[in-house]
Amino acid sequence: MDSAYLIETIIKVVVILLVFSALAGIGTYFERKVLAFMQRRLGPMNVGPYGVLQFGADAIKLFTKEDIIPTGVVAPIFKIAPVITAATAFMAAAAIPFLPSFEIFGYEVHPIVSDINVGIIYILGVMAVGLYGPLLGGMASANKYSLISAARAAAVFISYEVVTGLAILAPIMMVGSLSLIDFNEYQAGGIGNWIVWSQPVAFILFWIAAFAETGRTPFHLIANDHEIIDGFGTEYSGMRWGLFFIGEYANMFFISFVIPLLFLGGYGDGSFLGALGLLAKMSFFFFFFLWTRAAWPDVRPDQLMWLCWKVLMPIAVINVVITGFVMMF
Amino acid sequence: MFEAVAFYLFAFLTIAMFYIVVTTKQALYALTALAAGMIFISAFFFILGADFLGAIQIIVYTGAVMALYAFGMMFFDTTRDVKEKQGNKFIIVGLSTLAAILVVVIFAAPMVSENVVALYPIVEGVGNTQEVGVVLFTKYLIPFELAAVMLLVAMIAGIVLAGKKMDLSLTLMNSEEIEEAKKQKNKKVLS
Repeated sequence: MDSAYLIETIIKVVVILLVFSALAGIGTYFERKVLAFMQRRLGPMNVGPYGVLQFGADAIKLFTKEDIIPTGVVAPIFKIAPVITAATAFMAAAAIPFLPSFEIFGYEVHPIVSDINVGIIYILGVMAVGLYGPLLGGMASANKYSLISAARAAAVFISYEVVTGLAILAPIMMVGSLSLIDFNEYQAGGIGNWIVWSQPVAFILFWIAAFAETGRTPFHLIANDHEIIDGFGTEYSGMRWGLFFIGEYANMFFISFVIPLLFLGGYGDGSFLGALGLLAKMSFFFFFFLWTRAAWPDVRPDQLMWLCWKVLMPIAVINVVITGFVMMF
Repeated sequence: MFEAVAFYLFAFLTIAMFYIVVTTKQALYALTALAAGMIFISAFFFILGADFLGAIQIIVYTGAVMALYAFGMMFFDTTRDVKEKQGNKFIIVGLSTLAAILVVVIFAAPMVSENVVALYPIVEGVGNTQEVGVVLFTKYLIPFELAAVMLLVAMIAGIVLAGKKMDLSLTLMNSEEIEEAKKQKNKKVLS
């Protein structure tokens, strides 16, 4: 393990951390603007031109607000819960290739922190650990709404994970590898080679499960603002609440990278155009998260469990079986 | 060097976490330390180069401990200490020490007598995941299928235990039907 590799890895980690923390902030601005336009409002307008500096103002507020630990909470768990959400979101990013490899000053850079050969299950597993944040925050809060939210986090967790795992199994059988780089190579031939054409069912299932994984609107029942105040976040203030926020938005960005890498060709052949293509696909999936939030109502927890266990899981199993038969004969 | 540092770090963390699990009186601490310890164990798999098992360890145990949290939520007020019934401490300490030594002896005895050899040496040029698959479907096929059958038994038992009146849905019934169902239930209790 030479020092050049070490320095390169540290630089990559710092860049990813900074870029996606900033993107999480800017993501909230986009979310407000997109929601505002869809609901025929203006959204943030006062801070800077068209309100673009709003996220800076938000950041100042979050950083300077007093960090309150209420009496009656289980303080150590209460303090560590937001860190779990934010940290696992960024840990999952270690196995995502964000761009094709490129040369800078004659030095070849691979924009992936570590190409472990079990990339996809590592990403899904570590992202799943992120749900411990809401669960622990809710259980430690000594607040009934937070406890309801924690119970819902457990319910969401045990429903969606089966669907994600089974949906992803069929493409994994086709590619024969768990590394996202191998997934990309498999689809490098162009649009005709994209896995979405041969696995449309798995694509839709994974996409639906991604909404449950990030806790976005059709399945926004963990922090359901209009039902249980803010769920697990009720007792939090200042930067601890901000960490939950960064974790959620970073997760949205990362899952928006993973879906195109798995099903829609990723960065293709690795050219500049392919890299732009991956960013465009990522932007579309991120926009789609905001779009559904404006367009869809929330489901109840029992409806989510019904959907995951009684509808999506059988479809995913049938999909795996059919894929197996097609590959065998 | 890195491996040694990582091993001692995670060994210390794992033991510390499990120590908290068995000594604390606070259900939330115990559960959280259990989850953390289980996840730290995956580090050993990663250090040994068994990436697949490491990732699976994370996925399986996050889900399993999450289910334990659900039970914790039902049975305890997780923000308060649990009042434990203190038995004879010497018996507890003695028995657990004895059990720990027994486990170590059971696993160490074959190694000391050097009967343990790797029957399936690492296949060159094949990924970690494929190797697990090959061993699982050749040498360990019977234990694998036995585990599958046992899980099926547990699943069916769970469905039978929890599945009474599964066709009734309180959300789909109107209030009169709910009253009706309540009366029937009461009758059954009385008769």
